Amino acid sequence: MLAWTIYISFIGVLVLMLLPRDNARAARIVALLTAIAGCVVAFVGAMQQSNPGEVTTIVKADWIPSIGAKYFLAADGISLVLVVLTGLAAIAGILFSWNIEKRTKEFFAFYLALIGAVYGVFLSFDVLLLFMFYELTIIPKYFLIARWGSTRKEYGAMKLAIYSFVGSHLVLIGLIAAWVVARSQLGHASLDLIELSQVSFPIAFQHWVFPLVFVGFAILAGMWPFHTWAPTGHVAAPTAGSMLLAGVVMKLGAYGCLRVAMLMFPEGVRMWQGEIACLAVAGIVYGAGVALVQRDFKFVIGYSSVSHMGFVLLGLATLNTIGLDGAVLQMFSHGIIAGLLFAVVGRMVYDRTHTRDFNDLETMQLGKQLPFAGVTFVIAGIASMGLPGFSGFIAELQVLMGAWTVFPKLTILSGVGILIGVAYTLRAVQKGFYSDAPPAPADHDHPLEPISLPERFGAVMLIAASLIIGLFPSLLMNWIEPCFTSPLSMFGRLLAKGVAQ
Amino acid sequence: MNHWLTILTLVPFLGGIIVAGLGAERKKLVRGLALAFSLVALGGALCMWLHFDAKSGELQFVEKFDWVKSLGIQYFLGVDGLGLLIVMLTAIVTPLAILASWSVDDRPHVYHALILWLQAGLFGTFTALNFFHWFLFWELGLIPAFFLIKLWGGPKRGPAATQFFIYTMVGSVTLLLSFLAIRLATGSFDFIELAKMAKTGELTAKLGDVLGWKSHIGMIVFFGAFLGFAVKVPVIPFHTWLPAAYAEAPSPVTMLLTGVMSKMGVYGFLRILLPIFPDQIRQVLTPLLWLAVATIVLSACAAFAQRDLKRMLAYSSINHLGYCLLALFAAASVATGVTASDLQKAAALDGALLQMFNHGLTASALFLFVALLERRTGGLRGLDDFGGIRKVVPVFTGLMGIALFSSLGLPGLNGFVGEFLIFKGVFPLVPWAAAVSTIGLLVTAIFLLTLIQRVFCGPLNERWAQLPDLTTAERFLVLPSIALMFVLGIWPQLVLGFTDATVMKLVQQLNF
Repeated sequence: MLAWTIYISFIGVLVLMLLPRDNARAARIVALLTAIAGCVVAFVGAMQQSNPGEVTTIVKADWIPSIGAKYFLAADGISLVLVVLTGLAAIAGILFSWNIEKRTKEFFAFYLALIGAVYGVFLSFDVLLLFMFYELTIIPKYFLIARWGSTRKEYGAMKLAIYSFVGSHLVLIGLIAAWVVARSQLGHASLDLIELSQVSFPIAFQHWVFPLVFVGFAILAGMWPFHTWAPTGHVAAPTAGSMLLAGVVMKLGAYGCLRVAMLMFPEGVRMWQGEIACLAVAGIVYGAGVALVQRDFKFVIGYSSVSHMGFVLLGLATLNTIGLDGAVLQMFSHGIIAGLLFAVVGRMVYDRTHTRDFNDLETMQLGKQLPFAGVTFVIAGIASMGLPGFSGFIAELQVLMGAWTVFPKLTILSGVGILIGVAYTLRAVQKGFYSDAPPAPADHDHPLEPISLPERFGAVMLIAASLIIGLFPSLLMNWIEPCFTSPLSMFGRLLAKGVAQ
Repeated sequence: MNHWLTILTLVPFLGGIIVAGLGAERKKLVRGLALAFSLVALGGALCMWLHFDAKSGELQFVEKFDWVKSLGIQYFLGVDGLGLLIVMLTAIVTPLAILASWSVDDRPHVYHALILWLQAGLFGTFTALNFFHWFLFWELGLIPAFFLIKLWGGPKRGPAATQFFIYTMVGSVTLLLSFLAIRLATGSFDFIELAKMAKTGELTAKLGDVLGWKSHIGMIVFFGAFLGFAVKVPVIPFHTWLPAAYAEAPSPVTMLLTGVMSKMGVYGFLRILLPIFPDQIRQVLTPLLWLAVATIVLSACAAFAQRDLKRMLAYSSINHLGYCLLALFAAASVATGVTASDLQKAAALDGALLQMFNHGLTASALFLFVALLERRTGGLRGLDDFGGIRKVVPVFTGLMGIALFSSLGLPGLNGFVGEFLIFKGVFPLVPWAAAVSTIGLLVTAIFLLTLIQRVFCGPLNERWAQLPDLTTAERFLVLPSIALMFVLGIWPQLVLGFTDATVMKLVQQLNF
């Protein structure tokens, strides 16, 4: 059932291609219906999964037998969480791109292709298939930014593409090496993640292959110091593009780190655990610090993403159940909240005012002109700074809990990052919406266009998602937790030895 | 299972949503509804007060069920004498603050919704007994307060609001980290359970076992939590956000800030810090006492130096809460089962509770008077802007004089009883601290009398010859506070009767 999320998205792409070029309205509706269908399938499929702790096979067929590649789609609780996130983010992104007039149908075709590929990554349990979907995301990403973006869009698109390719190259080298070693151990060629997770790779081998694969994926997760694509890419992208980049594409990287690198090379993780945590905390603090001094509204959000993804990586580095729980929940939470922040800045503010410079925004009294945008940003900001009641709190809480046992000093340091997070959010709220600066003479001939209905829907949906998970985290925890605690969990090897140490 | 406390918290919360939904146009309806909701909450609190079994120091109106099982998070509410007292105070001060804001014309629906949400946050904080749940409300109270200062405050509101928020957040983050460490070590977020573990010494041992750094970890965790509350109270030197925030906030909001929000810190000390970290408090008792003494004396001196009424009252507010802390730390001293010292401790803690209530009442009344004065003078409130106005506004002078004398601690008014009990308890326990703190009493008397002299006495400043006196409606507005000042000054048993059992239980808990 879940596999249909992928198929539906690609069918949507085909339908869009067949539409007449100038019918923008039809293109929007097709895209929205496709995204809704995908989201519904994701939800229903996830509900049907009776045992989220185990990997439930969806499709398994031979693909290239000579190298052991299979067409193997499956899902466990972690996949479910991320698939549902993708479904929600896809709908929201379309609602916030309702005003795209330039080549509407192509825009949505690329958009749906990206969504389909993302679903594919989260559901693939064959390394080659996963890698293929992972690569497939780069193309629509590039075009979405280069064609429909703003502010140095070619530069941003190129930087993102190059960083992604470098990352995937590292991954590819590591995976080929692993494939060779695994073949000699298993006696047959295999790219099946579940089989590979049983192979014990030699320690010396893991020592160098793990960082290769991990860093390759972590580049896309915005790990410091390989994060620089993220702010420029986010800023250059159109609103829906930045929502997806921050909302789900960064999660692809973190997901790859967990599902491929950490699963296959448990000894390698243990060797590099401290280094990863240091880089994660550096990202948390550095991202927040840089966000504090930006003049461009969107750069603030861009750097805040780097900071929040630092929590995901910190959670991964803890190698204990609670920290990993927190990391996965933070992926979901950040996907929702960052999407909302980018929607406010990109769609509600920039599309209307055509500026993101705080010095200009300060004179506009946006809190009074666009009260809905102001309130939405305040709520999203509160969620983003991790105040209780929203999903971000419960996620960061667990990451910090997990980290306390392993890296107490780094945990305290990441507290500094949270504080700077509060500071930059407040600064953005003040400068962006509720400034005391003397207002510029209002342009009464061109009042700002009021917030439209799709925008309201999208904002309410995302806020509700964050709030529901914040108040009832068990909804998702019931999916995530068994993945790490159940006796049949594929992560057993990763955690079991971690406890013994 | 009863749901009194949940309902009490939900009334202002839902009220806020309804009021916000009404829109800016229907101003009268907005104000009326906001007042109605706060009165309903007051009625609810009064009902609970009547149904409360004062003879028992145990938790009452308890609600408890699992929320997030895997993390040990429960929905756990309950009040004892301490909780109920502060809930009562919140319920009394909020309607007064709403009445004092009758003239707010800028987006009144948002303003009143924020006030009601602030009240909901406060109710939640004072009734929650599980860290997670409590922290949710602790932070929830912060957001409305920030926006009330930021959007309706005085000329320097922007920096003041930001400073307030950042200071409090620093405290919140260290508090959060400390409790995460505790949760890791003990597996519990439950204040009551943690207090039991602390009593047997299990807590410190477990912290050492799980987190390493054996000798220091308990202390580090304690300081993290301490900072969270110390900023909120505030304790000198973590107080610098307060004068700016109090002075820039609109006066009705300052009523809530000083009347109730500052109690969040003291409440935290009583409910959380004292029962959970008695060992650590004892280890650093002398420095802590010095901090309390410094808070009392320095803030009184600082108040003396102020030339702005609101800033002066803000510093005096710090001074009054300093006495509460002095009593708290003194009660944690001498670890024995000597009955005589038990009585002293009980007196000190009783005094602290009474002082919390009194200060909430008196300080909010004083800021209410400042609000009424500002309404007449167009925002002027410098000490030197006035002079001799007692001749033109005799009723105002008389009533504000009563509140000022209550703040000064004149016998017969409420302020006296609390401070008397505190000093009665603290003197035998730690004589030097009590002795030095009396300087604070002296300076308080001096600056309050200076205030009375400069503003009300002396030759009349001709500018204010036409100053209108209190209207009948305004007299009724200040009447409840003034009446309570007399009632509690003459019959403190009204409050003490409710807190006695709780205080005895707290004292028992500290003896081991």
